[in-house]
Amino acid sequence: MRKFDTKVQHLKYKVLREVARHAWNDTLLQNVMDLPHMIIPGKIPTMRCCVYKERAILGKRVKMAMGGDRNNPNVIQVIDIACDECPGAGYEVTDSCRGCIAHRCEDVCKRGAISFDHNHVAHIDKSKCVECGKCAQVCPYAAIIDRKRPCQIACKVKAISIDEEKSAAKIDNDKCIQCGACVYQCPFGAITDKSFILDAIDLIKNSKENTEYKVYALVAPSISSQFSYAKLGQVVAGLKHLGFHTVIEAALGADMVAQAESRELAEKGFLTSSCCPAFVQYIKSSFPDLLPLVSHNLSPMATLAQHIKKIDETAKIVFVGPCTAKKAEAQLDSVKDLVDVVITFEELQALFDSRDFDITTLEEEVLDNASYYGRIFARSGGLSDAVAEGLLEQGIEFDLKPAVCNGIEECRMALLKKSKNVLQENFIEGMACVGGCIGGAGCLTHGTKDLAEVDKYGREAFEKSINDAVSMLK
Amino acid sequence: MIIQVCIGSSCHLKGSHDIVELMQSAIEEHHLQEDVTLCGSFCIGKCNRIGVTIQVDDEIHVGVTKETFKDFFAEHVLQRINNERN
Repeated sequence: MRKFDTKVQHLKYKVLREVARHAWNDTLLQNVMDLPHMIIPGKIPTMRCCVYKERAILGKRVKMAMGGDRNNPNVIQVIDIACDECPGAGYEVTDSCRGCIAHRCEDVCKRGAISFDHNHVAHIDKSKCVECGKCAQVCPYAAIIDRKRPCQIACKVKAISIDEEKSAAKIDNDKCIQCGACVYQCPFGAITDKSFILDAIDLIKNSKENTEYKVYALVAPSISSQFSYAKLGQVVAGLKHLGFHTVIEAALGADMVAQAESRELAEKGFLTSSCCPAFVQYIKSSFPDLLPLVSHNLSPMATLAQHIKKIDETAKIVFVGPCTAKKAEAQLDSVKDLVDVVITFEELQALFDSRDFDITTLEEEVLDNASYYGRIFARSGGLSDAVAEGLLEQGIEFDLKPAVCNGIEECRMALLKKSKNVLQENFIEGMACVGGCIGGAGCLTHGTKDLAEVDKYGREAFEKSINDAVSMLK
Repeated sequence: MIIQVCIGSSCHLKGSHDIVELMQSAIEEHHLQEDVTLCGSFCIGKCNRIGVTIQVDDEIHVGVTKETFKDFFAEHVLQRINNERN
């Protein structure tokens, strides 16, 4: 069965897998220069103009798999030489223009930017065009298109521009929220997230089979929509097979957050959620005035990590999720002592395969720590449902009016309204990825069934209420 | 005395929730609040098919169920506390 959505992901996976394979065997240093040739053998190029360019880019991918550029604080990075300099010229007439005589495009253009050559074919004068798009709308042959770079379309916070000197995409670190949308969307795989799998492997190896200290894997609830070729219990077994001491649902942290957040909301009267690190980063960079309204709760990942480290002081925590922004969250001062490493589902697949075992052959293990409500945090709307339940269970009277923001554009609208004091709702649930965490850039696959999978997984929870799940911790 | 009831996935599904409640009421009943610190722990690595894992100081006991809880408590908690007091 297909494990990935795109071949770009598959290429990235192959690099991660080989880097991991050598790391387990302590042979990475001797072999790091040979990896590009090993992954791309032969003389016939399959992706670029020649195999030498392919290998040069692969060398950069190896570097990203090993943690990337340490001087760049951003966990999302452009691989300059991999950027294909997609045309981003805006509105252009294609050769579908038939040179008709109606000239609707000319009539509709208020700027007079359209002229015709001797074949009656339309041309756009770029010095006059204001990119309104009216000409494209009226052309009966759909001959006028808007050429935009996929990375710039993906980046709704407008952090990507083109570096003219390098002729490659450039990320504005002050605007970037690390959501990873560009990583998933770039058709050439030229933007990618730094990987910290080497840190995870080191943690596991140095634990001496969990005798020096124990390594805990916290898995995000969106895992229910992933690894669909195997059973969830087999993924849990696979994690233990890799050398993790145990696997705990990050959704239990979500239960804890739902309980605390509903109390905080009732107390303050207005809140925005703090679970999605990309959303919080967006408020920091674009709506700093609204920062006091952000919930003071740590994210579910950090909340649970904090709890585990209270019980087991030497514990090491590896978070496994769909999210590239979590990698940045784990570097924040408030979180860096709680969560040791963040890896994605993509990277987990590479780790499994670097040890050459097939999780579908493993005996299923159980995973059950959280309630229905903690588990549905993985999808848009789940957090609001959980806060409503938290209010109800704790007998708090508060008229919850949630603004469920699905994707960063909806978040922007709600925050904009709030900054102008015209927002009707009293709770903003902000999720940077469309669909919620199941739409995260670190997911192996993205599908229409993912939402149903999360709800199904939620209903399978042993504990039905947040109270039941959280009361265990006291 | 520190009593840790495992609330990892395996024990959770075998009823650690009930065991925690039983433990709380037993501690109250015998007025041991001063002597016992009750807390949860994640997997101790002794998962089994019968029941819940409980760690009393350094001793690990596996397979505790609702039915065997009373005996467990008498033998491994009450008796130990009595021994310590004497």
